[in-house]
Amino acid sequence: MAETLFEKVWNQHVVNETDDGSVLLYIDRQLVHEVTSPQAFEGLRIAGRKPWRTSASVATPDHNVPTTGLEHGITDPVARTQVEALDSNCEEFGITEFKMDDIRQGIVHVVGPEQGLVLPGMTVVCGDSHTSTHGALAAIAVGIGTSEVEHVLATQTLIQQKPKVMRINVEGDLPAGITGKDVALFIIGKIGTAGGTGYAIEFAGSAIRALSMEGRMSLCNMTIEAGARCGMVAVDDVTIDYVKGRPYAPVGEAWNQAEAAWRTLQSDDDAVFDKEVHLNAADIVPQVTWGTSPEMVVSIVDNTPNLADARDEVQREGWTRAFEYMGLKENTPMQEISVDKVFIGSCTNARIEDFRAAAAIAKGHKVADNIKLAMVVPGSGLVKAQAESEGLDKIFTDAGFEWRAPGCSMCLAMNADRLDAGERCASTSNRNFEGRQGAGGRTHLVSPAMAAAAAIKGHFVDVRNWKENA
Amino acid sequence: MQAFTTLEGLVVPMDRANVDTDAIIPKQFLKSIKRTGYGPFLFDEWRYEDVGQPEMDCTNRPIRKDFVLNQPRYQGAQIMLARENFGCGSSREHAPWAIVDYGVSCVIAPSFADIFYNNCFKNGILPVVLSDAEMDVLFVETESNEGYKLNVDLAAQTVTTPNGQVFGFEVDEFRKHCLINGLDDIGLTLQQADKIRTYEEKRQQEAPWLFV
Ligand code: SF4
Repeated sequence: MAETLFEKVWNQHVVNETDDGSVLLYIDRQLVHEVTSPQAFEGLRIAGRKPWRTSASVATPDHNVPTTGLEHGITDPVARTQVEALDSNCEEFGITEFKMDDIRQGIVHVVGPEQGLVLPGMTVVCGDSHTSTHGALAAIAVGIGTSEVEHVLATQTLIQQKPKVMRINVEGDLPAGITGKDVALFIIGKIGTAGGTGYAIEFAGSAIRALSMEGRMSLCNMTIEAGARCGMVAVDDVTIDYVKGRPYAPVGEAWNQAEAAWRTLQSDDDAVFDKEVHLNAADIVPQVTWGTSPEMVVSIVDNTPNLADARDEVQREGWTRAFEYMGLKENTPMQEISVDKVFIGSCTNARIEDFRAAAAIAKGHKVADNIKLAMVVPGSGLVKAQAESEGLDKIFTDAGFEWRAPGCSMCLAMNADRLDAGERCASTSNRNFEGRQGAGGRTHLVSPAMAAAAAIKGHFVDVRNWKENA
Repeated sequence: MQAFTTLEGLVVPMDRANVDTDAIIPKQFLKSIKRTGYGPFLFDEWRYEDVGQPEMDCTNRPIRKDFVLNQPRYQGAQIMLARENFGCGSSREHAPWAIVDYGVSCVIAPSFADIFYNNCFKNGILPVVLSDAEMDVLFVETESNEGYKLNVDLAAQTVTTPNGQVFGFEVDEFRKHCLINGLDDIGLTLQQADKIRTYEEKRQQEAPWLFV
């Protein structure tokens, strides 16, 4: 029978299925970080359990790590306790960890693919919603809660209900300046933050195939912002080329065998989806969020919406509250909105290609006077090293950006990097919720190039015209 | 895990769509390595004038009087009404930990975000999905009747209003079974250890690169 990509990977991982439709799914890889794991390890200890297969899990601290002044270690005692707890738990249970002083350390969702820890066709979990990122490699990658982290550690499986499958087809050529991030925001703007609830999404179409691996990761990363269980892209040469030579990728005969298997990870031509969405790549203009939910997004050439255009009362109330929180009015041109801080980083956009795009904009310019802080935070130690070898750090620092050490940083402001109340930020992260980047902080989600351009101009601008207005 | 069978409890209405887990429990509380103690910080930014910090004593913090959880009539609520896509965003299980620690063990909404929905069952919270029309009835009745209580019966899969109106809801059999009996699903899964081992052996033949 014809199968979708999702079904192929799913079916290969079913250990047992019960009559009520709940499935015991085998998990190939678990990524672990310091925030959602301590209670899981504690649970194992209390129950006297051991990890089922230690080599399946790999850990790295990311959420709490400082991105500056690393020579002083973590000065926040609570954060330090959590990172130390990760170190000691990994040691006790025999789990490989890339610690803070390891060049491989970084944001789990950057580190996993970079190390080849995530391979096509795998099932991947992490106690973090943005695990969806790894679907870019045709893996089923789902974010889970701490109880499930413990469940996977103890049993190497997860109890799941099979989701429905949606295919989002983006056809045509993406216009210059349009990135995976814009595609993600555009899709969320179309289907809404609950549009994917109950679904696994496959991203397909010529525009998706034309994306680099980094672009696909940014896109899949934000699948969770559309409410979906996971997002996936089928295997093609881009995938294979990306994986080849990664430290944990197979080599020699094992590689050949793996590659042959991975090449089959495509939806069959006659596979049936529960839902299909068709979008035209040519319609996508650089995206900027204006509100407090990723679906509150418009094109850079547009204005904030009019309350009168809300779909219903619930949405109108949501918009009203968002305007108030964001300190914005309806029908305001996005390009007139000025920002205070700029953050280029996070598991959505802290890979080498993201920095190349931002540096291309920043090169030869200076950060505008009204910008209090513009920071670039690499996704991993290796991304940092690569960027430095290409001289990107120099371009950023010459322009007045701060070049930091890897971590989640101002994506969620668990460390010292945060917005103060009322501050407005152009951010390449994935969530613009109230308080996400600091209590009272105002977040606008954009692509790396758009963030860099906002830093230089002091307000949002259309990067498609960058040459002219440079 | 705490079992959930039936609950007759005071209802608090959280009349906002897309309530995310950052709002339910802000990030600074994620630094704790415990599962308990989050209740006083539930909805911290909406509930208090100041910014909460882990471990702080909340008894004398300035509260936002108009926030629903601070209204005297809703003190002691055990059931929360919510709007669409409740619990979206971060997978943090600290969100259900905060809800249950606060004393709420049933959330009723027209839809939930997947991960949050799943996390509820692991923590003795029953998430109930009712239609928008049914939710509208419950919101109106709760807001217009002080002391409004609902009766939630998991075995019968019903929510009953004080005037006897009954709303049925769906719940997956396995989750229902675990919640009613307060079962630890790791223990249950380990009863299938042989199946997991058999699967691994077969898979190791087919895809050896997954097991290095
Ligand atoms: S970068 Fe942000 S979204 Fe990504 S894992 Fe870290 S905190 Fe979560």
